[in-house]
Amino acid sequence: MSPSSLYSQQVLCSSIPLSKNVHSFFSAFCTEDNIEQSISYLDQELTTFGFPSLYEESKGKETKRELNIVAVLNCMNELLVLQRKNLLAQENVETQNLKLGSDMDHLQSCYSKLKEQLETSRREMIGLQERDRQLQCKNRNLHQLLKNEKDEVQKLQNIIASRATQYNHDMKRKEREYNKLKERLHQLVMNKKDKKIAMDILNYVGRADGKRGSWRTGKTEARNEDEMYKILLNDYEYRQKQILMENAELKKVLQQMKKEMISLLSPQKKKPRERVDDSTGTVISDVEEDAGELSRESMWDLSCETVREQLTNSIRKQWRILKSHVEKLDNQVSKVHLEGFNDEDVISRQDHEQETEKLELEIQQCKEMIKTQQQLLQQQLATACDDDTTSLLRDCYLLEEKERLKEEWSLFKEQKKNFERERRSFTEAAIRLGLERKAFEEERASWLKQQFLNMTTFDHQNSENVKLFSAFSGSSDRDNLIVHSRQPQKKPHNVSNGSPVCMSKLTKSLPASPSTSDFCQTRSCVSEHSSINVLNMTPEEIKPNQVGGECTNQKWSVASRPGSQEGCYSGCSLTYTNSHVEKDDLP
Amino acid sequence: MNFSEVFKLSSLLCKFSPDGKYLASCVQYRLVVRDVNTLQILQLYTCLDQIQHIEWSADSLFILCAMYKRGLVQVWSLEQPEWHCKIDEGSAGLVASCWSPDGRHILNTTEFHLRITVWSLCTKSVSYIKYPKACLQGIAFTRDGRYMALAERRDCKDYVSIFVCSDWQLLRHFDTDTQDLTGIEWAPNGCVLAVWDSCLEYKILLYSLDGRLLSAYSAYEWSLGIKSVAWSPSSQFLAVGSYDGKVRILNHVTWKMITEFGHPATINNPKIVVYKEAEKSPQLGLGCLSFPPPGAGAGPLPSSESKYEIASVPVSLQTLKPVTDRANPKIGIGMLAFSPDSYFLATRNDNIPNAVWVWDIQKLRLFAVLEQLSPVRTFQWDPQQPRLAICTGGSRLYLWSPAGCMSVQVPGEGDFAVLSLCWHLSGDSMALLSKDHVCLCFLETEASVSTACRQLGGHT
Repeated sequence: MSPSSLYSQQVLCSSIPLSKNVHSFFSAFCTEDNIEQSISYLDQELTTFGFPSLYEESKGKETKRELNIVAVLNCMNELLVLQRKNLLAQENVETQNLKLGSDMDHLQSCYSKLKEQLETSRREMIGLQERDRQLQCKNRNLHQLLKNEKDEVQKLQNIIASRATQYNHDMKRKEREYNKLKERLHQLVMNKKDKKIAMDILNYVGRADGKRGSWRTGKTEARNEDEMYKILLNDYEYRQKQILMENAELKKVLQQMKKEMISLLSPQKKKPRERVDDSTGTVISDVEEDAGELSRESMWDLSCETVREQLTNSIRKQWRILKSHVEKLDNQVSKVHLEGFNDEDVISRQDHEQETEKLELEIQQCKEMIKTQQQLLQQQLATACDDDTTSLLRDCYLLEEKERLKEEWSLFKEQKKNFERERRSFTEAAIRLGLERKAFEEERASWLKQQFLNMTTFDHQNSENVKLFSAFSGSSDRDNLIVHSRQPQKKPHNVSNGSPVCMSKLTKSLPASPSTSDFCQTRSCVSEHSSINVLNMTPEEIKPNQVGGECTNQKWSVASRPGSQEGCYSGCSLTYTNSHVEKDDLP
Repeated sequence: MNFSEVFKLSSLLCKFSPDGKYLASCVQYRLVVRDVNTLQILQLYTCLDQIQHIEWSADSLFILCAMYKRGLVQVWSLEQPEWHCKIDEGSAGLVASCWSPDGRHILNTTEFHLRITVWSLCTKSVSYIKYPKACLQGIAFTRDGRYMALAERRDCKDYVSIFVCSDWQLLRHFDTDTQDLTGIEWAPNGCVLAVWDSCLEYKILLYSLDGRLLSAYSAYEWSLGIKSVAWSPSSQFLAVGSYDGKVRILNHVTWKMITEFGHPATINNPKIVVYKEAEKSPQLGLGCLSFPPPGAGAGPLPSSESKYEIASVPVSLQTLKPVTDRANPKIGIGMLAFSPDSYFLATRNDNIPNAVWVWDIQKLRLFAVLEQLSPVRTFQWDPQQPRLAICTGGSRLYLWSPAGCMSVQVPGEGDFAVLSLCWHLSGDSMALLSKDHVCLCFLETEASVSTACRQLGGHT
């Protein structure tokens, strides 16, 4: 360890007391008289602290040692540096101290706060416990009250009962007295030969039934009994008959239900091996056996008891199958439904609205155009009429032009009419589309059902089952047929406007129902282009070639629309516009 | 709708003959028999005193007139006006008199219910039945007239005796498990007898013709019980109205309750049509209004018109606060009647006296409610079709059918306060009875309306 480091350590340790008495030390330490002593003292001190001596290296022993100024200055400087260092360290320590102090304070406050919290929560807990106790107390009281009330009710009931018995007893007593009195009265009134009690009648009348009254004998008694029992028997028989009838009806219904269920569920049995779970398959086969047995026996003649269990069991089984089946179908349908909303080929209502808006705008534009052209024509005609002299000169031209204009006029009128018609048909088509969409969804559901059935159906060994062709499969096939055949019939207005060729193409190329919506799209855009083009064309311009060119342009514009059936679009649009223009040419 | 002229009448005694040809009415001590169609007087009999009760024999050949005060019964023949018969009960007194179903016997109940005397018009024979019970409905004949059930009381116990009406032979005699039997009633098919206890206990017992107990039913204990009972014409249902304001329908197979019809004061179900009688202010000058006629507060003004309005639900009906510290409180189902085709049930809750409730028995739910301006006095079903006639003691007649409701003012000078009514067998006419007049009301043979009603009935 170097002496300097040692020194610095020492200085660090003693820095605080040193700093305190630095001034006084300097003021009192050295005077004029004791310079030598103080220098030597300092020298001693400094050497002990590891500084170099203040004196010069003595050459001889006796010679007085000289003060080395350089060493002194060096020492001074070193001391000052040390002093500065110490001060810095002191500052640091002080700040640290402060920091620690504040930390301490903070912790203390935290501590007190937590203590408070603890206190409050403790108090709260006590409060809650108190409340709990009170509530329990209350509850106990209420229970007690309830019990009391119950007791009271019991008591009152007992009172009522006792009063009732007392009342009954009294009543009985009174009644007995009353009966006694009655008896007495009876004796008094009846036994005395009361002359007044009599019937005064002119002559006796015959009985209503014409018979004579018979004597009361044992025979009549027996007859009466017989008759009574006969009446009762008749009543019971009547009721039994009614019940039998009802039973028969119910049996019939059950039987029919069963049959229908069997026929409904039989296609499921076609592919039992495909199914992972064989449980349903076995159940079905059980049912099948049952059905066979039951159908062989005549159900109606059997009494319910023997058949009941079989019948109900089989129906229960089938019902379970049917239920699970329907649930599955429901799930599928709901899934499909969810998907269906996101499907592209189903046009949303917004699209419809946009389309119709666009069409309306278009029609408006066309109208305006027609109007301006009309005006222009009128102006021309007016100017033509103004000056006859010039007109005479140009008469021949004018006549020609007039003719032409008239032609044009009629053409425009025709076109206007067409547009009107078109507009109407579009609105109709929009309505129809809504309906068709619905129908499509239904069809899709049925189609899926059918698909599902086809998936789940399995070949059965029994040829009999093949005959029992399901209602599902049969109907769905027919449905498909109907779907195809129905398509063209559904849109007679389309056919009237567009070309039937295009229609048939569409229906063939596209899957069943999206075709309608797509077609509508194509038609709308086609009409957009075609109508504008036709309007811009003057009669001279209407040439098949140019029209063809236009159409090719159209084709590209149409094809640029997002869609999967581009080719179809273009083909359709081409044929359509051609036919349209040709039509216009005719007049 | 046509109305006949009014005839005099006393004590509401006016009855159509069972064959529907004649109308008998009493004026003090005179008995007048008229032809129903022409309303001409056919016979006029004079009794010995003021008549208190009349009854046609089942074959419409005889009429009995009872004069309870004098203990006398006089019988008149329609075929032989000169024929007469007088039965004097003497000092035993007389409280009730009725025909036996064969129309040849008269059953007289003496005072204090000492006995029932059976007088025969064919022979001199007189039979006595002892110990008849003094109760509301103590004698009941089966509809075919073959049997009679009689409530009896001996040694503080209730009994029922079943007699064969043809020779008054006792067929069955059995005690009933009742505290205080109040009424008996045969099912229309004549095979089941309903027996119910007094209002202190809810208990109804069902006995077979041969005296076997088929079933007993009790809905609740302690509070007041049964107030009214009615069989459906098909014998399929037994409606029991009770003091708790409910009607309970029992079925004829298990004799258990099928359903319970409550009669709440507010109707919330929008499916139920509530017809509310509304009064139109009379179209008179202001001067007439300044002096309202006396007694106008009791009923609607005779000059004002009334009509039905269909009230929108929820409807709250006028209720009467019953006085519970009095006997026979005005609560509970006091009246109930099945329509002849058993499709409807009409009821009246006595603490909602202005309302008639019509229930659909096929669907077992409330069908319609009619709220009148004044308390309903009586209602009676048309014997031919589901059509209900109601009177409220005012000058109007009210008719309800599934097709709708109407109110008809009874014409004539003064106020004809309809206190009671009875339908003619054919359902084409009815007699409206006021305190001292009778008037016949002829309903148009509304073929279209009636067929519509029937169709509605068939569909419901």
